[in-house]
Amino acid sequence: MNLIPQILFVLVLASGIGYFARNIKKLIRNIKLGKHIDRNDHPAERWKHMARIALGQQKMVVRPIAGFLHVIVYVGFIIINIEVLEIIIDGIFGTHRIFSFLGGFYDVLIGSFEILAFLVIVAVVIFWIRRNIMRLQRFIKPEMKGWPKNDANIILYFEVVLMLLFLTMNGSDLQLQHLGAEHYTQAGAFPVSQYLLPLFDGLSEGTLIVIERTAWWLHIVGILIFLNYLYFSKHLHILLAFPNTWYANLKPKGGFNNLEAVTKEEQLMMDPDADPFAAAEGDDAEGEPEKFGASDVTDLNQVQLLNAYTCTECGRCTSECPANQTGKKLSPRKIMMDTRDRLEEVGRNIDANNGTFKDDGKQLLDDYITREELWACTTCNACVEACPVSIDPLSIIMDMRRYLVMEQSAAPAELNNMMSNIENNAAPWPFNQMDRLNWKDE
Amino acid sequence: MAAGKSPEVLFWVGCSGSFDDRAKKITKAFVKILNKAGVEFAVLGTEESCTGDPAKRAGNEFLFQMQAMTNIEVMNAYEVKKVVTACPHCFNTLKNEYPSLGGDYDVVHHTQFLKSLLEDGRLTIEGGKFKGKRITFHDPCYLGRANNVYEAPRDLIKKLDAELVEMKNCRKKGLCCGAGGAQMFKEPEKGNKDINIERTEQALETRPDIVAAGCPFCNTMLTDGVKGKEKEEEIEVLDIAELIANADDL
Ligand code: SF4
Ligand code: SF4
Repeated sequence: MNLIPQILFVLVLASGIGYFARNIKKLIRNIKLGKHIDRNDHPAERWKHMARIALGQQKMVVRPIAGFLHVIVYVGFIIINIEVLEIIIDGIFGTHRIFSFLGGFYDVLIGSFEILAFLVIVAVVIFWIRRNIMRLQRFIKPEMKGWPKNDANIILYFEVVLMLLFLTMNGSDLQLQHLGAEHYTQAGAFPVSQYLLPLFDGLSEGTLIVIERTAWWLHIVGILIFLNYLYFSKHLHILLAFPNTWYANLKPKGGFNNLEAVTKEEQLMMDPDADPFAAAEGDDAEGEPEKFGASDVTDLNQVQLLNAYTCTECGRCTSECPANQTGKKLSPRKIMMDTRDRLEEVGRNIDANNGTFKDDGKQLLDDYITREELWACTTCNACVEACPVSIDPLSIIMDMRRYLVMEQSAAPAELNNMMSNIENNAAPWPFNQMDRLNWKDE
Repeated sequence: MAAGKSPEVLFWVGCSGSFDDRAKKITKAFVKILNKAGVEFAVLGTEESCTGDPAKRAGNEFLFQMQAMTNIEVMNAYEVKKVVTACPHCFNTLKNEYPSLGGDYDVVHHTQFLKSLLEDGRLTIEGGKFKGKRITFHDPCYLGRANNVYEAPRDLIKKLDAELVEMKNCRKKGLCCGAGGAQMFKEPEKGNKDINIERTEQALETRPDIVAAGCPFCNTMLTDGVKGKEKEEEIEVLDIAELIANADDL
């Protein structure tokens, strides 16, 4: 027996999975650069949320056409994994169609994979047309130039090629079954690839085996390449959508977090007996005063960083954003993409400097996200509501505003006016607090 | 409030409701309804301070928490249990952001409160002059998406025997009026349109007689929008409380 293909297969599989594991490790390390946040409360509710939003695709179908097509690709992706399992077992043990002992059920399985593969191709072609020919608004915003645009198309090409390889593999297999070739057991139903048979007509058994083997190998190698492509792509969402929805904010969207460090400081200020040196309590372990708000990715929390890696760049947030709709620079999708890009940059910096970050004179604020974008937000939560994977761009905008105001006193002048009014007369306008009840007698 | 009685609810008037000429009308309309329904309510009057919402949305957590602590001290001293307000921003802040600072109250928006009065039979609503009118409702972000209150205001409008017409962006997909996040207090960033104009256009598409609002800020933005479109002769922008009070000629 010739063991070479099996050994080769195990090597390819191991390196594919090994690289992937390395990427995942890096991903987790980068996310952990963020601040810890406690989001483990209400586990039952969290599982439910994840089941509805990630597994059940509830938000995707809010837009019926894209939602329906996406569900096809998504179901196709999940189901076809059973086929991948068979390929892996066959590859390791040198068997052929190991699951074929399932008999009639196997026919149903293979038959439905084929139909799904066909539907995936149709869906992907429509996706491609929407992006490249119809050029839907949300796919051609400024932040989608360059890599994001190519990334989106590469994913589509990948999916088509993988599905075509799968069908070619099946079609040539079927032809070999007809010819009664050795090893090619009579198994499976081929509702789609049977139409490929005319292509294989008249080919010799040897040629067919080469075609079948090539398609088989390219299919599995393609899948492994795709797996390793994820880390560099918005396609990471196929994995991260699950943890991301689990860690979503389940409280009413209008309630923003109260900064604890501020509460502590204020309590000290209000308490006349407080020991002024106790102020150090609110500071972190190194004794550096706590920084309010965020100017770089490491000031954000881990869920916000996970959000950035999960973003699918679908632009549903941006297309619902009132600021974006009226021509302002702000795009909540860009907030997420910038956060991810900067986090990756910080990660690469750490890799290049033996595990410690070396100041590169850059930060998320100004170098990626401008103040003009931050101040255009109306905090309306439309982006949060629209996101199909429970990302919260607004919380990043708010943390960056906090930095601008509390660390830099850099609010727009009119807002400074408003705030000094509140400070002086307890209202955002210059009215006297004593006149609050005047409406009663007017 | 200072009288030491403990009324059933504290009416949180808010800065707009206290000082803004347009919003004061909403305050008065709501008070008329409360009186008619025989609700014993109190206001903090000169002891009320800004909730701190605009400061918080601007990013000034210090000022926000300062305001919150001042207000919480006052309300806790009066042993306030239930709060009603006609401003969704106050509503949201009091309801979601005060509890962890020590201010835990049962906070409702005035449309929710009016609906409960209706359900308890303490208030009856008649269409009066609004019967058969086309009314479209603008969802305030801080009532709708922020707190998932979509139906209370709509139920009240339907009670007026009016025809409720929805804009293309409504409920969860409601478009902001442009005032939130402290935008009310500054000029917008550079763009090609003002948000309130975009929203007003959506409202006008429904050919309404009345644009109903549930927030003093939205009210201002939409009123400006309707004026900008020179439609103020035909179309009124009214708060739900005003609709109910006016229908009854209170
Ligand atoms: S919350 Fe801000 S970023 Fe999000 S949709 Fe509203 S205005 Fe846009
Ligand atoms: S944040 Fe959500 S809605 Fe916005 S682009 Fe990313 S995945 Fe899409």
